[in-house]
Amino acid sequence: MLNYFKLIVLGLITLFAMIAASYARDLAYQVHAIIIMAVSAGLFLWTLRRTDEPVPAAVLETSYMDGVIRYGVIATAFWGVVGFLAGTFIAFQLAFPVLNFDWAQGYLNFGRLRPLHTSAVIFAFGGNALIACSFYIVQRTSAARLWGGNLAWFVFWGYNLFIVLAATGYILGGTQSKEYAEPEWYIDLWLTIVWLAYLAVFLGTIIKRKEPHIYVANWFLLSFIVTVAMLHVFNNLSIPVSIWGSKSVQVFAGVQDAMVQWWYGHNAVGFFLTAGFLGMMYYFIPKQAERPVFSYKLSIIHFWALIFLYIWAGPHHLHYTALPDWASTLGMVFSIILWMPSWGGMINGLMTLSGAWDKLRTDPVIRMMVISLGFYGMSTFEGPMMSIRAVNSLSHYTDWTIGHVHSGALGWNGMITFGALYFLVPKLWNRTRLYSLSMVSWHFWLATIGIVLYAASMWVTGIMEGLMWREVDANGFLVNSFADTVSAKFPMYIVRALGGILYVAGAVIMCYNLWMTVRRSPAKEAAASQAAVAAE
Amino acid sequence: METYTVLRAFADSWMLLVLFGFFVGVILWVIRPGSNKTHQDAANVPFRHDDKPATSEEART
Repeated sequence: MLNYFKLIVLGLITLFAMIAASYARDLAYQVHAIIIMAVSAGLFLWTLRRTDEPVPAAVLETSYMDGVIRYGVIATAFWGVVGFLAGTFIAFQLAFPVLNFDWAQGYLNFGRLRPLHTSAVIFAFGGNALIACSFYIVQRTSAARLWGGNLAWFVFWGYNLFIVLAATGYILGGTQSKEYAEPEWYIDLWLTIVWLAYLAVFLGTIIKRKEPHIYVANWFLLSFIVTVAMLHVFNNLSIPVSIWGSKSVQVFAGVQDAMVQWWYGHNAVGFFLTAGFLGMMYYFIPKQAERPVFSYKLSIIHFWALIFLYIWAGPHHLHYTALPDWASTLGMVFSIILWMPSWGGMINGLMTLSGAWDKLRTDPVIRMMVISLGFYGMSTFEGPMMSIRAVNSLSHYTDWTIGHVHSGALGWNGMITFGALYFLVPKLWNRTRLYSLSMVSWHFWLATIGIVLYAASMWVTGIMEGLMWREVDANGFLVNSFADTVSAKFPMYIVRALGGILYVAGAVIMCYNLWMTVRRSPAKEAAASQAAVAAE
Repeated sequence: METYTVLRAFADSWMLLVLFGFFVGVILWVIRPGSNKTHQDAANVPFRHDDKPATSEEART
């Protein structure tokens, strides 16, 4: 019966997408209508073939739902390489403007590829990692199978459809020009639906848990899901100009819009890239170190302090703007207080290894997780410092900000995700071990040296740029033009792009290693693998 | 009074007090005497059900 309902809905969506494709007022909308038409028509046929067929036996609650996590792991690795490649390419575009090819003008120039890069690494790579890891963690720590049956599959495919729509939209010019929230209104609506389904799966699993406690990782992951839902809805309150076009108009204007945007933007960092990944940290580091977290009490205080403080830090993106002084002072003060929970969490993670520090020598996976905490500590020290108004007057609009973001994103988010992938793949595909540990070491060093090159060159160019912009002569005239700073930055831009190449190279080695782990590594003994087959 | 002023006054008085009180309450609750056993038990959750969900017999509530 449900299938008939599905068929009706899919048919209506297909029909609507066909009409939308022909009435489309802009290219991005038209292409999206065609994509949606193809997807829903395909799903229609797929559902039709299964309608009135014998229903497969209901899945028993005696196994974890790991199929969707396997897909999530593959998607994470794939989007990671795509995002890193895009980033390296646009780094070279900045160094060599000729790479903004004439024949691709308006499609593949820096302005179009930059949001593609940021969204690919944050939302595609990071988002898929978060979804896959949260599904893995919540099942193991709740001792319960995922709630909602195939809803988890809807979340995975729906989220990746969102990514495809967002990415193609950027190339074709469908953007609402809000940093890290570029997708237009219909894509935002779709993401809202997918995200609520994600919340339902996650929360449903927690509710039916067989453990009395909700493990701390789940607190972080749940706060990430809930807060991102709230941020996404408020920052994307917009009215479409036409239902047949991608353009929309924000309901907030002026400084209110700016404040909402950076309330969103900074908490995307705070809850997507920090709270969510801390949830991964609180599970994978104890698992890989084979000992419980250093202090569970500290982890609870860490959680509440982090979510109570982070939500106020956004205004530090708007120093010296139309934002009232009290608001930007508030943002600055809360950013500085944030240093404490951040470092408390870092210490908690690092001290989990106390008594097992020797593992750092023998296990490159845990080395990866530990260095990610090191970068977490470094960038959460740097961030509050940069949020101080006086420092910000030097650092804002310079490459220092870019360097800061990347030491956090490449160092903290990237490394902890790589560590999680190295942990997950042997478990999910029932292998006794990884294909090659020395390849993990290679990945570790390539990525680390890449980040160091990136961050160091951006510090140099950022501070140089800031000083050049404010340099005045004896008569009070500015000494340098903007173009002077651009040409002075050239060598550092090359170093940054080289750092990017090293980082991509490491990720490619990881993909090969994970691939070979699935293909070649010895499987676990038969009993275990039979259980896994039955589970599917 | 305008809505902004009312909300503003509420936010930096009572709401601030409530949030701060909740936060202090959480910390006191976490470090309450006798909580060690609970926390140790919770900290070991990741090491229990690695391969398959708990059956209803072994569920601990």
